[in-house]
Amino acid sequence: MTEDLLRLGNVSFSNRLFTGTGKFAANALIPKMLAASGSQMITVALRRIDSTARSENILAYIPKGVTLLPNTSGARNAEQAVRIARIAREAGCGDFIKIEVITDMKYLMPDNIETLRATEILAKEGFIVLPYVLPDLPLAKRLESAGAAAVMPLGAPIGSNRGLETQSLIALLIENCQVPVIVDAGIGRPSQAAAAMEMGADAVLVNTAIATANDPEAMGAAFSLAVRAGRAAYLAELAEPSTAARASSPLTGFLHENQFGL
Amino acid sequence: MSFYSIIEQYREFDFPGFFAGVTGEMVARSLAREKLSPTDFLVLLSPKAGEYLEAMAHKAQRLTVQYFGKTIQLFIPLYLSNHCANQCVYCGFNRQNAIHRRKLSLAEIETEALAIAATGMQHVLFLTGESPVHTPMDYLSRAAACLKRYFASVSIEIFPLDAPDYRLLQQAGVDGMTLFQETYDEVTYQRVHLAGRKTDYRYRLDAPERGAAAGLRMVNIGALLGLSEPRRDVFFTGLHGRYLEDTYLDTEVSISLPRFNEAAGSFQPDYLVDDPSFVQFMTALRLFSPRAGITISTRENARFRDRLLHLGATRYSAGSSTGVGGYTQTTVAQSPQFEITDNRTVEEVAAAIIAHGYQPVFKDWDVIG
Repeated sequence: MTEDLLRLGNVSFSNRLFTGTGKFAANALIPKMLAASGSQMITVALRRIDSTARSENILAYIPKGVTLLPNTSGARNAEQAVRIARIAREAGCGDFIKIEVITDMKYLMPDNIETLRATEILAKEGFIVLPYVLPDLPLAKRLESAGAAAVMPLGAPIGSNRGLETQSLIALLIENCQVPVIVDAGIGRPSQAAAAMEMGADAVLVNTAIATANDPEAMGAAFSLAVRAGRAAYLAELAEPSTAARASSPLTGFLHENQFGL
Repeated sequence: MSFYSIIEQYREFDFPGFFAGVTGEMVARSLAREKLSPTDFLVLLSPKAGEYLEAMAHKAQRLTVQYFGKTIQLFIPLYLSNHCANQCVYCGFNRQNAIHRRKLSLAEIETEALAIAATGMQHVLFLTGESPVHTPMDYLSRAAACLKRYFASVSIEIFPLDAPDYRLLQQAGVDGMTLFQETYDEVTYQRVHLAGRKTDYRYRLDAPERGAAAGLRMVNIGALLGLSEPRRDVFFTGLHGRYLEDTYLDTEVSISLPRFNEAAGSFQPDYLVDDPSFVQFMTALRLFSPRAGITISTRENARFRDRLLHLGATRYSAGSSTGVGGYTQTTVAQSPQFEITDNRTVEEVAAAIIAHGYQPVFKDWDVIG
């Protein structure tokens, strides 16, 4: 059997749990969490990176071999997101960029319109663009044609731990998008991560639930197991749950019967 | 629309009567709600709710960790000038006080900036008294542009401005503002602000809104607790914060809870806020506004500040000097605006935060226009 890999840009990932660097009690917990979970991609807000190195440099805690996904947290419009992405690239953070344009500090909802504009610009500049969006199928298709490497719909508001509140909308993206669908934000429990993978998400990104757990290392490992379980179930073609009992004598069975009723 | 119209809705409201009628069941109900109404908030500010402090603290901690993680954002104040045309009876910069008045030149600002930057601080808040003659817009813009070269985030705590002037500073690199209403009670406000432009209650009240509209990403408000009945002032501070959050979705709102230090100064406030009441007010604010930043300055002592980081606080000043030129000119008479009770260095504050299981965050912004 061939290895089940997720390919984004020119990088292949065997672990489908993506993680984040925010909200940890100490940066030193990050490499431990990465080792325990096996996560191969981690997002970091450029605003948190101190290039003057006057204070602690968060990048020093991300081991080689883990792909950095800089994000544009703090951007209020496409222009700012584009500027942040370029700064990230110049700072040596690579070509991956998670576009996060948020104009609503109350619920931290992404601004889909500005996100699309930023994606159009950055994809042309050769970035591997992962836009964080509200699950909206027509928008996802436009992101795809603009050159997005994946779409990252939210399950619930950032940090809310509410799980897959947007499940039926995400299902439409999974069914119709050519690019990978990575569920980002709102996942508060490993079981919710498993559920996202079971329904066919290509990966999940989990930060708050891991970073704010009493034991982020153990919680990272738990999420990783859940993501693997969910993915395995998806690949094994999970039977759809059925509300009605299946008749042991199918209603259309007679079509296959021979003339003697045998 | 202005927050003033919301204050007016409570003009006839019987606060003492409401507080007297709060029962334990009401507190438990408000405490259990996911989204608190203004009435729930008022219930949690009541004397009765003081009996439920432990439960309030637990919920405040859970919400804060959920929304902010185990992190404390650090910033440092930089006083540019103590010239002031106002006469605020409680303030060290009161124009009638015979203190040494001065303002920093641009070269001096740069020297102070270098000294502060050496501590690792990346978020700076610059302050002045209210004296457009000594600290006009041109001076403030140049100061902002100078500081922007040394810091990731530059905020202001100066006199209220007109909207175009907020925009001017925003373009010069300022990304946040702090402005305290001091008290939301209009009668007390007039009694303690005797002269100068600060006597204009409405102009000050609407200033955070003008700043938010001008594109400042962070607005920090507060009342100086003790000037007037503090439960009411905290209530209106919370409502003001929610008004700003609702009206300016792209603005991050933070709230401070400055209170008079019992020992300091000659001014005797009408009310003193003791530690249990302070914790009640802070946790009630957290429950009412889970996403609002809560700023605790060095007015509070080290031991108390270390405890507050478990109860909802998210932003700390550290290594502060409240005198003009305080970071480099140690021989100059300082005439501070208020007395500092947490005198630890930046390094010591950061170490204490780490010892309490939290991460001190030095940089969480880039001024990218």
